[in-house]
Amino acid sequence: MQRDPITEIRSRSFALTEHNIDTDQIIPARFLTTTERGALADACFRDWRFDEAGTPTGHPLNAVDTVTHGVLIAGDNFGCGSSREHAPWALRDFGVRAVITPRAGDIFKANAANNGLIVAEIDAEAHAALLERAGEEVIVSLADMSVTSGNVRAGFALEPFARTCLIEGHDALGFILAREDAISRFEAARAA
Amino acid sequence: MERASPSEPRTLFDKLWDTHIVVPESPEAPAMLYVDLHLVHEVTSPQAFAMLDERGLKVRAPQRTFATLDHSTPTTPRAKGQRPVYISPAAKAQVERLEENCARHGIPLAGWGSSDRGIVHVMGPELGLTQPGMTIVCGDSHTSTHGAFGAFAFGIGTTEVAHVLATQTVLQRKPKTMKVHVDGRLPYGVGAKDLILAIIAKLGAGGASGYVIEYGGPAIEALSMEGRMTVCNMSIEAGARAGLIAPDEVTFAWLSGRDYAPKGAAFEAARLKWKRLRTDKGARFDREVKLDASRLAPMVTWGASPHMAAPVDVAVPRPKTADDVKALGWMGFTPGETLMGEAVHTVFIGSCTNARLSDLREAAFIMAGRHVKPGVRMLVVPGSERVRKAAEAEGLDAIFRTAGAEWREPGCSMCIAMNGDSGRPGELVVSTSNRNFAGRQGPGVRTVLASPATAAAAAVAGAITDPRRMMEMCGAA
Repeated sequence: MQRDPITEIRSRSFALTEHNIDTDQIIPARFLTTTERGALADACFRDWRFDEAGTPTGHPLNAVDTVTHGVLIAGDNFGCGSSREHAPWALRDFGVRAVITPRAGDIFKANAANNGLIVAEIDAEAHAALLERAGEEVIVSLADMSVTSGNVRAGFALEPFARTCLIEGHDALGFILAREDAISRFEAARAA
Repeated sequence: MERASPSEPRTLFDKLWDTHIVVPESPEAPAMLYVDLHLVHEVTSPQAFAMLDERGLKVRAPQRTFATLDHSTPTTPRAKGQRPVYISPAAKAQVERLEENCARHGIPLAGWGSSDRGIVHVMGPELGLTQPGMTIVCGDSHTSTHGAFGAFAFGIGTTEVAHVLATQTVLQRKPKTMKVHVDGRLPYGVGAKDLILAIIAKLGAGGASGYVIEYGGPAIEALSMEGRMTVCNMSIEAGARAGLIAPDEVTFAWLSGRDYAPKGAAFEAARLKWKRLRTDKGARFDREVKLDASRLAPMVTWGASPHMAAPVDVAVPRPKTADDVKALGWMGFTPGETLMGEAVHTVFIGSCTNARLSDLREAAFIMAGRHVKPGVRMLVVPGSERVRKAAEAEGLDAIFRTAGAEWREPGCSMCIAMNGDSGRPGELVVSTSNRNFAGRQGPGVRTVLASPATAAAAAVAGAITDPRRMMEMCGAA
């Protein structure tokens, strides 16, 4: 299935400096009963943004306008915890287009790549420098695999296939389906 | 990545990897791995089936797919013939969607009314679906549980669930390998849950990120299959892709006679194959970690991540980072003091980590002849219908009920708290589940992770306590 190709995200950033932000924080489990895609913006970081009565809290996230601030600079091990793809869905619905972190959760990274969400893993030094510039414009370039903000510039790591899918707007299922012969051969060899 | 030649010593993981490559990985693309068993539940599958529908695709191997209902399902006890009452129309619709999808695609479903239904990671091993040497995936991070049988088992997202439904393959980069070697013997009153909490505390929440962990050593070999599942289950809490334990006679004894396990001569042939699923002498791991089991004590968590764990009788560590300070503030705990005596509101015995028969026995051993402290709510939720039946056959349900606990129907229940089973804001819950993330068990609910024995002891005392005290009082050896 074709998605909009992404080569570059240019947007202001916002920061969540905590380490180990887990997928239960990104979207609490009580919002996982959906059978559809979309409409998860209000569930994103729900218990940080709203109290139990549904009233907005004073959390800085409530002051973030993701139309202008679409890049999240997050602490280490972002998206650890569950495999729920609802986490990148909620982030996308909330308006996040790229996450910059020293390291992201394993399953979260794969899920993000399958949903057009860039997860750029950068070294601790560059991460600290970017945090200093939270709120400023950041350019996340898939073309040259760099993150730039003012005079801060760093390379980032992203699995090459995820990068290709993002740049070309392809999804992985097409790639796999094109290799169906190999699957059949594998199954036949096993059965023999 | 270069593959070792057959003569080169290989790890157990290398062997599992090599035998499932449909298309090898390249710099440009991950490997395509064949999936032997795909477990499915109601929460992470509806959008995946919809992706197949959008493209007019069929489920490639329904016979390698097995579904159950566990996350959104109520656990409230029902009279015979009474319909389940869901927390919301959405939860009901989600369950019905899986029922429809399974019927439409010919996927076996252990649904309502099936005596096989259970938490997906309790059910798979129980039915013998889970076998050594397999690749197993599920849209659930605790799929690592099945690694206890020497299977490469890992959690995937919903898009990947669609990939597996349509093609029986999944794209994967080969992870690095880590050996966690546990010497010695677990002391009396210290179990698999305490061991894995100690391992996670040592590794950190992201310490095993990018690795598959193979657990080994005398303390691991001495564990029952249930204990091994508890250990592998929580591998993901250190960020690992999967956990593994080499299959041995304990594994084969568990598998023998299970519904979907091979029978007779086929079992003997399989056993010979399974015996080769061991790390070769001289094989290298990317990282090795050692622990001494004999030095461990019952563990409890003091923060909002599973790695924030310490022995129950040891003072809560002084905060080292801003996250530690925040976590201690969230929990309301004081560094420098032990958690013993901390008042508890709710106790939850359940989840894919600790809701098997041996876990319920461990909790019942503490509860027998005792009572839940007035004002404390205790939920006991068996991991599956089979666990429930076996527990009832030996009278464990009666022990729990007599003690004042709720004996409920199987499901994930308060581990993920999406079915209506949850704590109230501000409550402290001692839970045998796997995650103490802030609000995981309900908004504003604080969670302390512990073993079934420690959780049961907390219910009796109405406070966090060392379960070994109550074991001694029983005079048990």
